[in-house]
Parts: sequence; C-alpha cells; structure tokens
Amino acid sequence: MSIIPKPVGLFFHKMASPPHFYRFTGRLIPWLSWIFLILVVVGLYGGLVLAPADYQQGDSFRIIYIHVPSAWMSLFVYVVMAVAGGIGLVWRIKLAEIVAISSASVGAAFTFIALVTGSLWGKPMWGTWWVWDARLTSELILLFLYLGVIGLYGAIDDKRTASRAVAILALVGVVNIPIIHYSVEWWNTLHQGPTVSKMDKPSIHISMLWPMLVMAVAFKLYYVIAMLQRARTELVIRERNSQWVKTLLESI
Amino acid sequence: MSLFQAFIAIIRRDLLLAFRRRAEMMNPLFFFIIVVSLFPLGVGAQPHLLQTIAPGIIWVSALLAAMLSLDGLFRSDFDDGSLEQILLSPHPTSVLILGKIFAHWLVTGLPLILVAPLLAEFLGMPGDALWVLIKTLLLGTPVLSLIGAIGVALTVGLRRGGMILSLLVLPLYVPVLIFASNAVEMASGGLPVDAQMNILAAILCLALVLAPLPASAALKMSMS
Amino acid sequence: MNWQEFFAMGGYAFYVWFSYGITFVVMLIIAISPIIQRKQFLRQQALRLKRQDKS
Repeated sequence: MSIIPKPVGLFFHKMASPPHFYRFTGRLIPWLSWIFLILVVVGLYGGLVLAPADYQQGDSFRIIYIHVPSAWMSLFVYVVMAVAGGIGLVWRIKLAEIVAISSASVGAAFTFIALVTGSLWGKPMWGTWWVWDARLTSELILLFLYLGVIGLYGAIDDKRTASRAVAILALVGVVNIPIIHYSVEWWNTLHQGPTVSKMDKPSIHISMLWPMLVMAVAFKLYYVIAMLQRARTELVIRERNSQWVKTLLESI
Repeated sequence: MSLFQAFIAIIRRDLLLAFRRRAEMMNPLFFFIIVVSLFPLGVGAQPHLLQTIAPGIIWVSALLAAMLSLDGLFRSDFDDGSLEQILLSPHPTSVLILGKIFAHWLVTGLPLILVAPLLAEFLGMPGDALWVLIKTLLLGTPVLSLIGAIGVALTVGLRRGGMILSLLVLPLYVPVLIFASNAVEMASGGLPVDAQMNILAAILCLALVLAPLPASAALKMSMS
Repeated sequence: MNWQEFFAMGGYAFYVWFSYGITFVVMLIIAISPIIQRKQFLRQQALRLKRQDKS
C-alpha cells in the first residue's frame, strides 16, 4: 500500500463498490464520448484529407488509419482482459471479473475489424482477398482465442464461476500469444520466402503518422467507453437483487 | 504416502481403469487411422502430392485424435466423485493431475506414435522423415495432452462441453502443429531439423511446468 | 480538393469506404447493444417490482 499514493488507493477502493462504479461511470461516459468524437474527427480529417496519397499504394493506404489501431487494440484488450481476470481470480473483486468479460466482446470486435480491413486492403495490394500473411494469420488465431473466451462464458450458467473460468483461460492465452505469434511469423517466412510485406512502413512520413496516432488514442477511448457500457449492463444484471439496483429502479 | 507414491498410484490406477475398457481405448487410434486414410480419397492419390502434404495430414489428424480423446481425461472421475477426492488429498493437486495426464498420454498418445510409421508409409514419406516424425510425435503429443487438460478441466462440468472444448484448445495447439509438421517436411527434403526439435522440446518443458497449474485451478473451479 | 475526387479515393473508393463503413457499423453495434440491453432489463425489473408491490 505504501508505494501507491493514498488518493489513488482510495479511488480504486471506491471503484470496487458496484453502486459507486455505476454512478461514476455514468457521469464519465459522456465526457469520454465527446473527447472520442473530437479525436475521431481530427484523426479522420488528417488521415483522409490532409495526408498525401502514398506513392506506391495511392489512396488505398488510408485503410491504415483503422486497420493498424484496431490491430494494436486487439492485442492490448486481450492483455487487459487477462490482467483484470487475474485480479478477479486472486482477490475476488467482482468488478475486475466484470471488466474482464466486458472486454472480451470489444476485443473480438477489434480483431474482426482488423481482419476485415486487412483483407479489404489486401485485395488491391495482393490481388486476392486473403493471403496467409503472418499478421493476418495471427490475428485470425487471436479471434479464435476471443471466441473461445466468449463461448466459455456463455456456456457456464453461474456467472461467478464463468468469470473464474474465463480468467484462467485468458491467462493461459496471454502466455501462449507470444509463442503463437512467433511461431506463425517463423512459419510464414519459411513458406512464402521473404515476401515484400507492403503493409510494413517503418519509415512512415510524419504527415501520415500523426493521424494514425490520434486514431490509436481514439480507439483506446472507444474501448473504455464500450467496455464500461457492457460492464454497467453486466453489473446491473448480476446485482439485480441488491438494494442499490432497487433504488435505481424506483427512480425510473 | 509420499508425493511420489501418490503420483505413481494415480498413474497405476488410471492405467488399470483404461485397460478394463480396452475397446474405448482404441477409439482415438482408429479415428486417427481413418482420418489419415480419408485424405488420399479427398485430394487424389498422386504420390507426389501426398508426399508433400503428408506431414500436415498426419499432424492435423493427430491433433484431432488427441482432442477427441481428451474428454475421457476427467469425465469418469468427475461423474463418480473420485475427482473430489483427488482435490481433497493433502498432496498438491497439480502434481496429481500431472500423473493423470501422463497416464492419459500413455493410453491415447503412445498408440498414435506406434501406428504413425504405418500411416507415413501409406502416404509415401521417405525413410529419413519417418524418424523425425516419430520424434516430433514423442515431443508434441504430450504437449497436446497437457494443454488439452486445461481445456477439459474448464469444461468438465458442462453438459455439452465437447464443442466448446475444441474452440478453447485448438488455437493453443497452433505452435506445436507449425513446428512439428515443419520439421517433418524439412526432414523429407533432407534438411537439418535441430532448431524445430529444440523448440518443440522447449515447448514441452514449458507445458510440463506450467500447464498443471491452470488445470488444477480450473478443476477446483469446475468442482465448486 | 473537390468532393468527387475525395470520394473516388484515387480509384480505391470501394475498398476504403467499405473498410470505414464496416468499422463504423461494428463499433456502433458493440457500443449501443449493451445500452439497449440495460434499458430493457431495467424496464423489465421495474415492472416486476411494481407487480410485486401490488400483490
């Protein structure tokens, strides 16, 4: 406790109480949504209008502004899910469990978006909708991992038990993701030879880069918003018989 | 009873139970043989084509056979309550579960390895690759059992766990599949396969140490 | 820059706009669906509570 400043500790302590969490996030979400909207408008204006067309790929490279941020987020969300699940598993904090499972569907959505946009980008670049490219393949396996988490949660009726199962699975997955990632990359270099990965842009120009970073921040905010919305719903359903939900119902 | 004695006792008990139901024991093996022999019917019997895809066929079939056999790992113990006894015993659960996994591998994994040379011959695999295939199976199938145990432990309490089990376990099998089938493929081309073998051995060590822990946590979750 | 040029995306209009469209739709569904679910659930519970009070 000593390394954590007292106000921060107090904040997390309060947030672990469901009614506090519900009220606080209810006030927080509108603010986050406004910031998200502003960032998206700025990012898209920069990406779709201001950034010059790529000299090789023309305007098709503009898919990067959603493809790369969602690919980043797909991994990030999995890690958050595993960490939250681990916290829920060890300290039995109900809200950590809820955050973990609420992250799953948002993360799966990001993975899906990364796959679809990758395929849509691949069509004009490679000439086919699907190439067994290392990045797309690991993204596909990541989607399977997410579907496993969601499926397992749905299959177990008791939601407290289901949360623990999901946490164990997510932790196993998070240990495996690096192994899967490197094995797929290794497999890819062996089977296809050194392909010129056209999505690789190590030396991207700054006018093309900043909109992507803005979009990355915007996607992070979106994740927080969508995850909190899910968590609020899950919380109300789980706590339906508690006093604070009943008082909430009377105000409707 | 010391821990080691308990470990051995679990293995002996599980082997005894398995030998009492010999017919059931053979099912994954027959499944493996049938799936492999379906491939030539599906893709055509050109020797060259079969030879190229033989490592992949054998490994994917082994993967599926291992996955289908998983359900028997904890099922009967879960139904008759002996799993509860294992969890209640004073010894660390993960070690006892490791014993169960080892026994399960002896019963389902080892037969696959013994029959694999025959199937490799079916598909026209060259002799050098045969040894590599056996070595990859020796290193790889225990990993399949170990990772699979986590999946079964998570789903053993469910009435229809089979479908969800495959969804949980198959993505985690990807690294083993990649390195093992690639090693066999390289060996058929006469190339060295030390790197793949070392990686497979490393994965096996990692799985041996790490997999029993989540598996025992998941079993405790399933029993609660 | 005129609008036509902007929407044409240098001949890649379909790929670019389809990507953005599908992203928008997926994100909208993921963000909105829990809100609808929560509203429905709360309405249902409020109704149940009222019925309980009467009886």
